[in-house]
Amino acid sequence: MEEILEILEDNARISFDDLAKLTNKKVEEVERIVKQYEKKGIIVKYKTLINKERLKEERGVVALIEVNVTPQKDVGFDQVAERIYRFPEVKSCYLLSGTYDLLLVVEGKDIHTVASFVAEKLAPLSSVKGTVTHFMLKKYKEDGVVLVKDEKNKRLAITY
Amino acid sequence: MVSERVEKIPPSGIREFFDLVLGMPEVISLGVGEPDFITPWRIREKAITALEEGYTSYTSNKGLQILREEISVHLERKYSLSYHPDREIVVTVGVSEGLDLSLRAILDPKDKVVVISPYYVAYPALVELNLGEVIYIETEEKDGFKINLDKLKRAMKIKPKAIILNYPSNPTGVTYTKEELEDIWEILEKEDILIISDEVYDELTYSGKHIPFPSLKRAKKRTVLLNGFSKGYAMTGFRLGFACGEEKIISAMTKIHSFSMLCAPIISQLAGREALKAQKEVSLMRSEYQKRRDFIVKELNSLGLSTHLPEGAFYCFSSIRKFKLNSLDFAKRLLMEEKVAVVPGRAFGKIYDDYIRISYANSLDNLKEASIRLGRFIEKIN
Repeated sequence: MEEILEILEDNARISFDDLAKLTNKKVEEVERIVKQYEKKGIIVKYKTLINKERLKEERGVVALIEVNVTPQKDVGFDQVAERIYRFPEVKSCYLLSGTYDLLLVVEGKDIHTVASFVAEKLAPLSSVKGTVTHFMLKKYKEDGVVLVKDEKNKRLAITY
Repeated sequence: MVSERVEKIPPSGIREFFDLVLGMPEVISLGVGEPDFITPWRIREKAITALEEGYTSYTSNKGLQILREEISVHLERKYSLSYHPDREIVVTVGVSEGLDLSLRAILDPKDKVVVISPYYVAYPALVELNLGEVIYIETEEKDGFKINLDKLKRAMKIKPKAIILNYPSNPTGVTYTKEELEDIWEILEKEDILIISDEVYDELTYSGKHIPFPSLKRAKKRTVLLNGFSKGYAMTGFRLGFACGEEKIISAMTKIHSFSMLCAPIISQLAGREALKAQKEVSLMRSEYQKRRDFIVKELNSLGLSTHLPEGAFYCFSSIRKFKLNSLDFAKRLLMEEKVAVVPGRAFGKIYDDYIRISYANSLDNLKEASIRLGRFIEKIN
């Protein structure tokens, strides 16, 4: 992947100034490249990774839902997938190989919200043959970042 | 009680400053001589498995056969250098031990050893501990801290027994091109001198390709190549290095090693074997350092700390000449007033009191914050 993208993927808030210094380019050049990535839809959006494990207040629940569906003529899985990913409750939707077809990441404020989404919206779809819902208990690592403990620096503060 | 030889070695003038830094918890330290990365997981995992499997014994003095073989293959593949794993390689406890062994193996009292300044602090100390005499060749900022060939020629008149080279260099980050090394070798080849080449930062070379000294024509027989796992593989705490050279000198070094150290820890050796396969991890760390280097060098120069672009290692050797503070006072005040630690240049040679060593083995966030604080400090003293 391009160096600029690599840096931005790790830190979306970095300034054009710093980005230019890191990549040995001119500020205007870096700005132009980033704008182009945005235009082409390569950079889709800038988001913040929040460690919800550390939030004191109500954190909501996350469920991974395996979905078995009947693919449709000519459009395969795409149309049924669209029916499903259009639901705002669905944060992510993937087509997988293996024993089930779609994997959804669904977020809700509590177990009941997710349960009623499955029972009232997802399962009744005619092309959905079956679902298995897994509630997430703990996040250890997300997007390459370990969430559960700080890696403390163990170096001496000064050495030759 | 203490021997004359040890008494004679001057105490480091900046020990007190180091203690000051170590006593301050909230410091951003640009004074650290080791990677800020933790050893890559696949290497740590190997060490854990080694313990689980009960690898807790001594190894042969030379080091595990499988590790020496892997080192030999690695040097062949990377640099087309061939060292026989049984006769020409000894595994050491870090490059530090390798350096000590090579000096102990060759020095008789009053033998002379050339050290290039600014130098890594252990070089002169180890020469003196081994009763040798140090001949300094001072490099200068105007030459980009590279060895001046006239000075090198002049030093040869004193008939030194060995010269210690170190590139990429701690503390300057300087390294040499093939042509530059050939010029150096052309002078050294005519002399009866052993080259001890400490290349522990070889993996951290950013501009061009690292050229090991023994890869120069006819130089292999005359060189002891020292290298290790501390820097490129982020394995400082494993204390693992190796020395390669002619059978005669390697076996002399192994003899000393067999009495003084016996062998490098077996767990480190097994981890080191895995490390040589972790080239992808090494190159990820290298490109991370390179980004930070480009960032910090620009920052430092724009703050008025004139800084050469270091071609390797993870240090900047920056000039503080225009601030009318010596390196120790500069470092002390920077520490007390802005809580940023750097190493005073005088630690690397008396005449470098106009410089500070800045390590960029630190997170980008810390480097940014440190340069803000440096800027504030400079404004104050200017």
